[in-house]
Amino acid sequence: MPSTRSLYPFASSSPSLDPTTEKAGTRRTSFSKPSKFTSFFSTSPKSRSALSEADAIKAALAGQGAQHPYNSPSAISTSSLSLPSISLSTATGTNMKTEDTTLFQPPTPAEAARIARAHAQFGPLGSKNHLYSSRFVGNDFPDPIEDEPPMYFLITTYISYLILIIFGHVRDFFGKRFRAEKYKYLRANDGYAPLNSDFDNFYTRRLQKRISDCFARPTTGVPGRFITLLDRKSNDHNMTFHFTGTTTETLNLSSYNYLGFAQSEGPCADAVEITTRKNGISVCSPRADAGTTDLHIEVEDLIAKFVGKPAATVFSMGFVTNATVFSALAGKGSLIISDELNHSSIRYGTRLSGAMIKMFKHNNMKDLEKVLREAISQGQPRTHRPWKKIILAIEGLYSMEGTMCNLPAVLQLKKKYKFHLFIDEAHSIGALGPNGKGVCDYFGVDPAEVDILMGTLTKSFGANGGYIAADKDIIDKLRVTNAGTLFAESPSPPVLMQISAALRCISGDLAPGQGAERLQRLAFNSRYLRLGLKRLGYIVFGHDDSPIVPIMLYNPAKIPAFSHEMSARKISVVVVGYPATPLVESRARFCLSAAHTKEDLDRVLSACDSIGDILQLKLSSGIAGGAEPIPDGLTNEEEHRIQKGEKTEFKPPRWRLEDVLKRGVDDIKMPLR
Amino acid sequence: MDLHEIQDAFYQWFSEANVQFQKIPGSAILLRYIKSSYQDDPVRSAVELFLFLFAVRYLLAPKYSTQKQKIALTEQEIDELVDDWTPEPLVAPQTAFEEIENEKRPVIVGPTGPKSKLSNGRTVTNLASYNFYNFVGNETLKEKAVQTLRTYGVGPCGPPGFYGTQDVHMKTEADVASHLGVESCIVYAQSFSTISGCIPAFSKRGDIIVADSALNYSARKGVQISRSTVKWFEHNNMKDLEQVLQKVTKEQMKKPLTRRFIITEGLFETTGDVVDLPKLVELKLKYKFRIILDETWSYGVLGRTGRGVTEAQNVDPTQVDMIIGNLSGPLCAAGGFCAGTEEVVSHQRLSSASYTFSAALPAMLATTASETIRLIQESPEILAQLRENIKAMRSQLDPRSDWVRCTSATDNPILLLVLKQDALTSRNFGQKEQEWILQEVVDECLANGVLITRLKAMPQPLGAAVSAQSPQPQPALKICVTTGLSKKETEKAGVVIRHAITKIMTKKR
Ligand SMILES: Cc1ncc(COP(=O)(O)O)c(C=O)c1O
Repeated sequence: MPSTRSLYPFASSSPSLDPTTEKAGTRRTSFSKPSKFTSFFSTSPKSRSALSEADAIKAALAGQGAQHPYNSPSAISTSSLSLPSISLSTATGTNMKTEDTTLFQPPTPAEAARIARAHAQFGPLGSKNHLYSSRFVGNDFPDPIEDEPPMYFLITTYISYLILIIFGHVRDFFGKRFRAEKYKYLRANDGYAPLNSDFDNFYTRRLQKRISDCFARPTTGVPGRFITLLDRKSNDHNMTFHFTGTTTETLNLSSYNYLGFAQSEGPCADAVEITTRKNGISVCSPRADAGTTDLHIEVEDLIAKFVGKPAATVFSMGFVTNATVFSALAGKGSLIISDELNHSSIRYGTRLSGAMIKMFKHNNMKDLEKVLREAISQGQPRTHRPWKKIILAIEGLYSMEGTMCNLPAVLQLKKKYKFHLFIDEAHSIGALGPNGKGVCDYFGVDPAEVDILMGTLTKSFGANGGYIAADKDIIDKLRVTNAGTLFAESPSPPVLMQISAALRCISGDLAPGQGAERLQRLAFNSRYLRLGLKRLGYIVFGHDDSPIVPIMLYNPAKIPAFSHEMSARKISVVVVGYPATPLVESRARFCLSAAHTKEDLDRVLSACDSIGDILQLKLSSGIAGGAEPIPDGLTNEEEHRIQKGEKTEFKPPRWRLEDVLKRGVDDIKMPLR
Repeated sequence: MDLHEIQDAFYQWFSEANVQFQKIPGSAILLRYIKSSYQDDPVRSAVELFLFLFAVRYLLAPKYSTQKQKIALTEQEIDELVDDWTPEPLVAPQTAFEEIENEKRPVIVGPTGPKSKLSNGRTVTNLASYNFYNFVGNETLKEKAVQTLRTYGVGPCGPPGFYGTQDVHMKTEADVASHLGVESCIVYAQSFSTISGCIPAFSKRGDIIVADSALNYSARKGVQISRSTVKWFEHNNMKDLEQVLQKVTKEQMKKPLTRRFIITEGLFETTGDVVDLPKLVELKLKYKFRIILDETWSYGVLGRTGRGVTEAQNVDPTQVDMIIGNLSGPLCAAGGFCAGTEEVVSHQRLSSASYTFSAALPAMLATTASETIRLIQESPEILAQLRENIKAMRSQLDPRSDWVRCTSATDNPILLLVLKQDALTSRNFGQKEQEWILQEVVDECLANGVLITRLKAMPQPLGAAVSAQSPQPQPALKICVTTGLSKKETEKAGVVIRHAITKIMTKKR
């Protein structure tokens, strides 16, 4: 019964809690130089020793007073408890009975366990120094510099795919002849065409299946600072999995838990419990019938106020919000211009609307202007009648790239070309801006300048669903013409209360101080990890303030290898490859959260440091940042020049881990270089 | 640099290129081929060269020449056009009916239930929610949900493919599958999006869909996005279906085999009647189509233990290739599912957009679904009780009322009442007039303390010609029966509704 399962971090039944002590030394030598081919075809996770990095991080942290840097979450929690220092964090302050944690009276075991559990969901703030607030100032929002790996890696990547494809076909060739039973589903059978066409299924069958243990890993419990994975094994090369019955608690860099609201305790969960008991679990009706309650109206008002729009409406799914809204806004004779990397839901919705769709290159304002000029001057195809309206659909923060939209430039174009602007803030709401109010907040733009602000409640707020905020007449019209309101189920009361509590928490009405701390911790964490990875030598995509930090892996074999290496160090990350990314740009993605502490990120950095060496991932050339510290004894003028980046020669940054950890906290408060 | 040096450099470059060229595997064969063909037949070589150049030119040319249609304009002209252009506003002003709808939308204060409090302070009998078994008021369900909340938090903060799959989701999937008696099941985060994600995951361009003409909005959108070839058959008319199937089979005879689907519903959302599943399965087997059955309104309702049409009509559920169901309505949780073979399910996990690209269902809603499935399995008497109430309600309306007729199947707790044909013809009512009238009936019922609702018309694509619009269902009143009310109370509410209909209709004479 899931509800009775203990999620108490000490009780983890995982066979080995500490990767650093086990197998230390014994396997070390055999992996000094991993062969491409072995990792290419390996499907099972290999636990490798992490001895050296553990030493390194211990050494690095020794000077900072941290005692047990990362062996296990419980070690962190108990160490911070047993120290005679009082946590500066207010995040868990409301839960903590302060009289129990006085200097010389250690908490009872039960209390300690409870606090450890809370800290496994939301880490305590280590120092006031680990806070930051991001906003953009200036006129021209720079595009991020995209580094490229040495040619060798691109070529081997293509060759890798070639080999994979050839092997796939060879296996198909023999398999279909000698093990026909296994391939039956690809052939017409008894007059039925196969559900999966052989060609479409090739990628899944021959490429994705090899590494499918890195995807859809089942979890249990709260996806907070740590996430508990259900261990599973495959004896048939990932065709099927079976559960071993054990669980592993890992550091969670995979969930979209930007503000750390994934918690089963604290003010939000308390409010949700009260609402569940009072209002029940469901309203059993679409919004348009009898599915609108006072709670819906309250949440809509809160959202509208939060994003700075006159009105808002909520839906029970973010995907469907996009999938149904475009049909209510545009149709035949209208044009929707869409960023080429827009989310699947936007593509789905725009396609349904019947409007003409044009793409422009991701975040490329020049290309956008070109598309706009051509569209307006040429009018509709064939008839050349002017377009009824043009809607530009972009995202605030792109979840695979870590890039933000260039809102100032878009608004300038909007003035000239008079299109309507739709921004999907699925990832940016809560996660960007000094007040967490999304891209408008980050760029200091009046939300009135954007026609429609859409967002999801799945991510930063730890709830579910989506919203649309706009002028009142637009929202009123949407409520009666939008299928999501007319036919889809209404959001349920507990989910609504989670949204409401999270929003009130951010604005400081609920648990004052907590919201601001969350925002500032996220901003700090985002910059800290990004800068650290750049300094280690990784190629990192995206903008500096983005809480999504993708690092490039390139070779397909490195996708599972990176994932397994991280798993061995008990860190959960998302890895993605083709077709979610361009063929060569396989990547791993870190999603930061306010729930992470600096120590957690140090643990990630040290893991990346050693994995980067093993897998040859430190490929950056230095053009995208991570430069060596400015040497001492320069004149002011020279220093100024360097800071401005007026240096034509770039040295590939390959910092030592100790230096990265030592300087990170101070350096992220300056422009990242 | 004088000519000599250039010549030298060129020569060097050329011999370098030559060496490189010879290194390319197969280059020798190419050279030999060209040499020998030239010896034998120089004309042929010339023709080949010409063909080769033509092919290159053809390949380099833009795919569809849009250039021709483009008007060449100077930058200045473009600027002027940009200045001149005035776009339409984002949305059109509301129509009078839409304003009424916005104004009249009921707002419930506090919990939903058989008796709900509205924002105007009145407590009314709620016959507008799909709260058939009154699970919303169930304290054990709430207790279980709170327990889940305290273990899992609310949202899973990620799509199922990226650490969003929790053990509770797998349990719900297993529960549904074993309840239905099929191999496997996949749970979506929202019921509405389930079928519109499922259809395009399987049916692609070139595939064939034969669909019931009364299909609901979500399924229609799934069909639209799939870009398959669609043939519609007359609503619930198995004869017409057979004819369409015959025609399709004949047309496709010479062509390569493609996937073929019949899409229909268990209990229809827009008409309330029930599909003839045994006949459907017979046709499917005969003509080799696969069935996608939308059981959104029949799962948890029909059959002795709520397994839906398959149970009610004694059909082996494995004969239906995909069963789409709803966990948010009768089951009072949230989300939807698609059940079928392991192959059907695992394919969706990677290729159904609304599953792959959307966050997973909150854990507390998944466990609630598991619990309510257990409840209806363990106590089939609540289903029987619901049927009693349906009968009681129905007896008050059809055939008692002179004005309306119920199009729903006898076991359907959603009673759809449409105006009778003679009432329509004598008054010459169109779609819009009927909607106005029914809205008045809804208002009249509410004034007498009974909350019912209307079947909402499907939004039509903007700017589309009338011919391109999908057919609208006949406007209807929607009454949802619940076991939260006794038989007496249900009958009483039925009387109120009947009188309200009579009052409004006689007024319009
Ligand atoms: C940009 C964007 N829009 C919409 C969605 C869908 O939101 P939801 O997960 O709530 O369905 C996502 C989720 O991944 C997204 O990234």
